[in-house]
Amino acid sequence: MPEIKVTPLGAGQDVGRSCILVSIAGKNVMLDCGMHMGYNDDRRFPDFSYITQNGRLTDFLDCVIISHFHLDHCGALPYFSEMVGYDGPIYMTHPTKAICPILLEDYRKITVDKKGETNFFTSQMIKDCMKKVVAVHLHQTVQVDEELEIKAYYAGHVLGAAMFQIKVGCESVVYTGDYNMTPDRHLGAAWIDKCRPDLLITESTYATTIRDSKRCRERDFLKKVHETVERGGKVLIPVFALGRAQELCILLETFWERMNLKAPIYFSTGLTEKANHYYKLFITWTNQKIRKTFVQRNMFEFKHIKAFDRAFADNPGPMVVFATPGMLHAGQSLQIFRKWAGNEKNMVIMPGYCVQGTVGHKILSGQRKLEMEGRQILEVKMQVEYMSFSAHADAKGIMQLIRQAEPRNVLLVHGEAKKMEFLKQKIEQEFHVNCYMPANGETTTIFTNPSIPVDISLGLLKRETAIDAKKPKLMHGTLIMKDNSFRLVSPEQALKELGLAEHQLRFTCRVHIQDPRKEHETVLRVYNHLKGVLKDYSVQHLPDGSITVESILIQATAHLEDQGTKVLLVSWTYQDEELGSYLTSLLKKGLPQSTS
Amino acid sequence: MAAHLKKRVYEEFTKVVQQQHEDLSAKKLRLTKPSKSAALHVDLCKATSPADALQYLLQFARKPVEVESVEGVVRILLEHYYKENDASVRLKIASLLGLLSKTPGFSPDCIMDDAINTLQNEKSHQVLAQLLDTLLVIGTKLTENPSVRMRLVEVACKHLTDSSHGVRNKCLQLIGCLGPVEKGVAKEAESQAAKDVQKIIGDHFNDQDPRVRTAAIKAMLQLHERGLKLQQAIYGQACKLLADDYEQVRSAAVQLIWVLSQLYPESIVPIPSSNEEIRLVDDAFGKICHMVSDGSWVVRVQAAKLLGSMQQVSSHFLEQTLDKKLMSDLRRKRTAHERAKELYSSGEFSSGRKWGDDAPKEEIDTGAVNLIESGACGAFVHGLEDEMYEVRIAAVEALCMLAQSSPSFAEKCLDFLVDMFNDEIEEVRLQSIHTMRKISNNITLREDQLDTVLAVLEDSSRDIREALHELLCCTNVSTKEGIHLALVELLKNLTKYPTDRESIWKCLKFLGSRHPTLVLPLVPELLSTHPFFDTPEPDMDDPAYIAVLVLIFNAAKSCPTMPALFSDHTFRHYAYLRDSLSHLVPPLRLPGRKLVSSPVSPSITPHEDPSQQFLHQSLERVYNLQHLDPQGIQELLEFTIRDLQRLGELQSELAGMADFTATYLQCQLLLIKALQEKLWNVAAPLYLKQNALASAAAKQILEETYKMEFMYSGVESRQVVIIHHMRLQAKALQLIVTARTTRGVEPLFGMCEKFLQEVDSFQRCFISELPQMQGSFVDKLLDLMPRLVTSKPSEVVKILQTTLRQSTFLHLPLPEQLHRASANIIEPTGESDNPLRFTSGLVVALDVDATLEHVQDPQGTVKVQVLYPDGQAQLIHPKPADFRNPGPGRHRLITQVYLSHTAWTDI
Repeated sequence: MPEIKVTPLGAGQDVGRSCILVSIAGKNVMLDCGMHMGYNDDRRFPDFSYITQNGRLTDFLDCVIISHFHLDHCGALPYFSEMVGYDGPIYMTHPTKAICPILLEDYRKITVDKKGETNFFTSQMIKDCMKKVVAVHLHQTVQVDEELEIKAYYAGHVLGAAMFQIKVGCESVVYTGDYNMTPDRHLGAAWIDKCRPDLLITESTYATTIRDSKRCRERDFLKKVHETVERGGKVLIPVFALGRAQELCILLETFWERMNLKAPIYFSTGLTEKANHYYKLFITWTNQKIRKTFVQRNMFEFKHIKAFDRAFADNPGPMVVFATPGMLHAGQSLQIFRKWAGNEKNMVIMPGYCVQGTVGHKILSGQRKLEMEGRQILEVKMQVEYMSFSAHADAKGIMQLIRQAEPRNVLLVHGEAKKMEFLKQKIEQEFHVNCYMPANGETTTIFTNPSIPVDISLGLLKRETAIDAKKPKLMHGTLIMKDNSFRLVSPEQALKELGLAEHQLRFTCRVHIQDPRKEHETVLRVYNHLKGVLKDYSVQHLPDGSITVESILIQATAHLEDQGTKVLLVSWTYQDEELGSYLTSLLKKGLPQSTS
Repeated sequence: MAAHLKKRVYEEFTKVVQQQHEDLSAKKLRLTKPSKSAALHVDLCKATSPADALQYLLQFARKPVEVESVEGVVRILLEHYYKENDASVRLKIASLLGLLSKTPGFSPDCIMDDAINTLQNEKSHQVLAQLLDTLLVIGTKLTENPSVRMRLVEVACKHLTDSSHGVRNKCLQLIGCLGPVEKGVAKEAESQAAKDVQKIIGDHFNDQDPRVRTAAIKAMLQLHERGLKLQQAIYGQACKLLADDYEQVRSAAVQLIWVLSQLYPESIVPIPSSNEEIRLVDDAFGKICHMVSDGSWVVRVQAAKLLGSMQQVSSHFLEQTLDKKLMSDLRRKRTAHERAKELYSSGEFSSGRKWGDDAPKEEIDTGAVNLIESGACGAFVHGLEDEMYEVRIAAVEALCMLAQSSPSFAEKCLDFLVDMFNDEIEEVRLQSIHTMRKISNNITLREDQLDTVLAVLEDSSRDIREALHELLCCTNVSTKEGIHLALVELLKNLTKYPTDRESIWKCLKFLGSRHPTLVLPLVPELLSTHPFFDTPEPDMDDPAYIAVLVLIFNAAKSCPTMPALFSDHTFRHYAYLRDSLSHLVPPLRLPGRKLVSSPVSPSITPHEDPSQQFLHQSLERVYNLQHLDPQGIQELLEFTIRDLQRLGELQSELAGMADFTATYLQCQLLLIKALQEKLWNVAAPLYLKQNALASAAAKQILEETYKMEFMYSGVESRQVVIIHHMRLQAKALQLIVTARTTRGVEPLFGMCEKFLQEVDSFQRCFISELPQMQGSFVDKLLDLMPRLVTSKPSEVVKILQTTLRQSTFLHLPLPEQLHRASANIIEPTGESDNPLRFTSGLVVALDVDATLEHVQDPQGTVKVQVLYPDGQAQLIHPKPADFRNPGPGRHRLITQVYLSHTAWTDI
């Protein structure tokens, strides 16, 4: 039985280090190649030795697919391709291909330059790795080789995020990567057609959460910022450079535009400028509003948002500043925070999750006095707000995607085991499909039932299918399996091709009927009976005293010894076997008593 | 082939010649008027290849064909149809047949048989489909004939088994449009096939081709539209179609389900997988809600739209649509809306959010959570968050319609609507503000909600702000803080956008008169009065101060204790404002200030009936006293006109009516006066001077009648005929006057003829109204018509003069509703101190802002005229998008007019 094998090397019952191996119809595909934020040792990268102990990976993998540019989905790519060694194609969408190297370079800098690690990939390796990348468009079917094809669908989440359909013959797998079913200020919602894959591999970050509408959060956010600015306070928004930052920028930019506000908005430079440039370019990947209005004005050409300079932090008057990093643990955002923390007119808004131990986490949990380096005590008088802008699908969203795609099996990755358990149960209960949630290194095997295409000659098809195509119909033909292809041809042609002579097979059966009347009367009775029963068939009474039903011949003779018994001779060819056996069983039941 | 055709053509020509000899008279007619069919025939015969023939047909299709020759053309076409081998030409012929049957005045039953016959032998699927389309056209023209319809339906049923989707499509369409709708009328014997069209169409719900499935559902909907009651049995089938792979099928299925839910709202359907049963309308509602999260946005729009019209749905289903059942890590979570409400009711305000303020509370039983089949759950939450704004708008509209019919739902959806005020697309914001206004009768805004609403006042879009002002006009506010907040925000709005002045004042007027008791405690603060000290007198011209006063005075109208809180200058300002902004400041009954308070207060207790009565009485008086001496009539008319004009000023509701009748009476008065002139008795040379009055009267009447006809909305045909009649009289008067003043008969001929033509056209246009015009001018004139036509101009004039004098005065019936159309230019204001300067030859844009009252079809009729100082005038047609419709009968024109002029000097 054909099967699909799935082995997560990372992201199995876990978040981070996404890396999933899929074997489908003899093809091996690796989905995502990410790193884990939580580890600094070997565990941060997937264990590629699982794939092969010796020999190059290229021989084992047909292709690698990267769903989007987040490091937990692409962080291990240079390590994998350059240090472990892989020369096959790597597929990603255009925006991902553009932004991915920026992030990888940034990641490299932090690990090598700041933390001083050695034995890490170099800038040149990132460049070499990116040379192996093949960019794909949305809904473009890419033939990896003769049998394997992939196709990208829009996934929301971040710019360029995509879901991928991997198809070999009739078997297919859809991998969602991270996706978002509710649109936000700069991206649309994930969408997939009813592709009915054999397996859907979906993320399940929010498996047990149903989220509130986004509008409340946005409104709250804008109101808070607006109020603070009106009072003359300063607003600090610590963000990570890509993704949410752009969403919040758009949100504030449009709000400033609408409300005619004059207070300046700054964005700390660096990564972001380069990334914003790509956001401007990839308009087709954004949401409806931006796509419709970019002819007049590209929404990423910010009018109100300017580059930040360190000196601006001391300027008087209200302002809004986006600064990196997002958890207030270092860098510019922390510097600005220290400057502004003392004034109760100011405000800091944390738009995302903060890891324990960071300044962000401390102030969010209500700490008002912070000990900074050098025994310095910083008193936090400014207002602290938390606002969650997350771009993963919630439980309802996941269910909605499953409903859209109608898969035959579902496999959960990228989530916590306990939460997956709940979702798994729900999916099985509501869609009646099998759901799997393998841990890292655990292989799940799914048996498929692919349909096999067979060529049929047009002549045979036309001859065999009646006009009324709705009813299922039995079809006669000869299946020729030759040179890896299946053909259904008419028996005559098959005989010709194979050079065989035709043999006729005919079944003949005698049925005894108790009937004292004359032969021709019996025949008439039988004729009337059959005509009554077999309404859909042509029943004919021939002048020579025999009856034909389609091509089946029925003749009646009197029994030699017992004149009261008539012998009905039923004869049919092999092709009419179905009808013939039905007819004999019918006749064996005898004739109805009164056939008037 | 070509040679053969040519030969045939020659043959035919020779034949024609021969016949010409035999039957000369008949052929002659044909020769003088070569018919279309003949020309086409020749063309088609000349065609050597299918492409040529196609070209001829295409050319032919561009020209219209007269009714008389349609049949001939059809015959020719059919003849060629049979001969033609090429499918594309046959297709074109078939489509031409359909086109020709559409010719007005042509009855296509004669060609139906032929069309059906051609169907029998046709092999090409495309041509078949086109022929069926032609039959559909024929059928729709002959809808009254049941036997024809029956026959066509039978034909269609026969072709339903065709293997081409196009043919099946057309068949279903034909059955949908022509299938018998009336039960029982279709006689049993007539045909078995056509008896149960519903079943036939229903069978095709499972067709293999999605286009055919769509056509089947559409045909079913068509039957419903034509009045057939669909069977409930198809509900189950329709539900299955909701899961179809193709969006157009799902879209149509949603419609079908909606139709069924309207037909059988109360019948009970079982819920699959459990043994419970629910009402059909609830079930359908749940299913359509489900479609709001469909994969295709077309379906989502369709579903969201239809939800709005399902008002019979039970309230708990309805309220589910706003509840998404939030949870976080399997624990129940409250929505931000719920939290805001709780915060508000607990009496404290948000004190800066804590992290984890939204921490989930109680655990949820994992088995009880239903993630997807919860039907209506959160449908609107999804719809309002959709990525396509079309869906969001549809959802807002649906929300509006449902909220209008259910006050409790209105209360619940408020939070969501308020959220939509922050949508990224302006259209959606505007739509949600309008929606809010429409349901504002059912709701009272909480303070936190009001806060969000008011935040939008700073929007830079004028439409949004004005819509919001309109909304505030009719909202209910619950606390005095709310009023204060609204006032503060409106004043902020005023300083930021001074052009909003009028709109803000108007808004405050309503806000004041709706909440007098809430304004009362705010008065000292607002007027900044102090119990002991005199405060400085505020600047009277400050728009903000005027705004505050408008609020207070309007509240004081129904709150007699309020004036006691006013300081002296407030009373003075009241008197000033009452004069200068009388539409915003109501008359007040002020204690001890009789001089200031206005003596009459008609608007406090509006006596509508008496004034209406008065109007009718005075009119009756005029109409009854017809045989008074001329002097008496004149006086009476003058008095009545004066009365009516005054009434119009006092009662704004009756202004249109009063003005209209006054104008009419004025015309009558002018006519009487003109006829009283001495000039008729004096010899011709002497009255040169006097005739000025008569001809001026005639001119004025003409002008007034045009105004009456076009400047009022609500004028019915009854009035139009009387107005035209008056105009006719004025024209007669003009004719008489000219006849008396000009010498020579020549010019008179023309004038008389023209006048008689007008009488004739009057008769033609208003033939149905003539019986009601006994004894009138035109009635008499028509009696004399035969004489008039034959007589000389001088005689005509004489006759006219006498009839004009003898004719009675026609009673003008009043329509139900009559309003005078008016336009008021708000901007640019008339007396601007700084003139507009622009360089000659270049263009300058001028903002124009005007309100139009009771103008029908302003997009087509309203133009802006620019008068340049040198007397040049230019008419500008504003774009249709520049007209907004803020309320019934009112329009707002906000446009830009481009001015340009070459240099000129006064010299």
